[in-house]
Amino acid sequence: MRLRDAVAAVRESGDFGPLQEAIPYNRFMGISAELVDGEVIGTMRYSEHLVGNANVPALHGGTLGALMESTAIFMLLWHGETEAVPKTINITVEYLRGAKPQDVFAKAVFTRHGRRVANVRVSAYQDDPDKPVAVATAHFLLVQD
Amino acid sequence: MASSFLPQKDEIRRRLEGRYVGAVPHNLALNLRVADYRPEHLSLALPYREDLVGNPETGVLHGGCITSLIDATCGGAVIMSLVAPRRIATLDLRIDYVRPALPHQEVICDAHCYKVTRHVAFVKAAAHHGDDASPIATASGTFVVFRDKRRDDDGSSA
Repeated sequence: MRLRDAVAAVRESGDFGPLQEAIPYNRFMGISAELVDGEVIGTMRYSEHLVGNANVPALHGGTLGALMESTAIFMLLWHGETEAVPKTINITVEYLRGAKPQDVFAKAVFTRHGRRVANVRVSAYQDDPDKPVAVATAHFLLVQD
Repeated sequence: MASSFLPQKDEIRRRLEGRYVGAVPHNLALNLRVADYRPEHLSLALPYREDLVGNPETGVLHGGCITSLIDATCGGAVIMSLVAPRRIATLDLRIDYVRPALPHQEVICDAHCYKVTRHVAFVKAAAHHGDDASPIATASGTFVVFRDKRRDDDGSSA
């Protein structure tokens, strides 16, 4: 399925499965999303290859950034008006706690949704949404060249 | 590079590859390899792979694996800048995507740990396809340096 068709299918059904299927990296990472009470919740299923420090053990910081960037894009696609995939301008990740070797969830909110640029905040958490393991601020370009 | 330095360089490379690739499951899963290093500098390469693609229509790698590459390279540059082995943790990492990545090409990250204080290390990095004058992403990160000796100092291969 082409990405554009996958985005359209997700909009139609609210099931993010086609998008995960269409994006190889999300399959590799076990990253997906679902709608919970109208909110897009990103998920990264725990797998041994996501570990960054096997001694602690803790998930690799890069994987948390990947989950938060993906969740922001899922949220933008869900709320967006075109099938074009937003381009990441930049992302700043703050690491707050070690992430345990278990599933991670993420939630993204707009701080501003302009015509050209969207400002998004994302938090990633495990057991308690109020105790995020990492948070991110990101800007996305919504218009195509 | 004078050939007399090579045995030592090979030894450092072997230890780096043991600690940053072999001992770190996610770096191993991404097939990261040491591209270059010198004091305070580290370069890691992320080979192109179809299963890391973010947009199947363009074939370009997903930003997420580039984030992991940059995080790993910055952390490694910090470890190489410390006079004694310490445990470190990323405080924050900012990545600016200045140019679209190209499909079917490996990504190299060059990181420079330009300042280490008693508790914090500061790093700048850039990711490119082989020409460091033409980066696809630039980054800056800060790391906390713990004063206790790192527990995994002898990070041998997994």
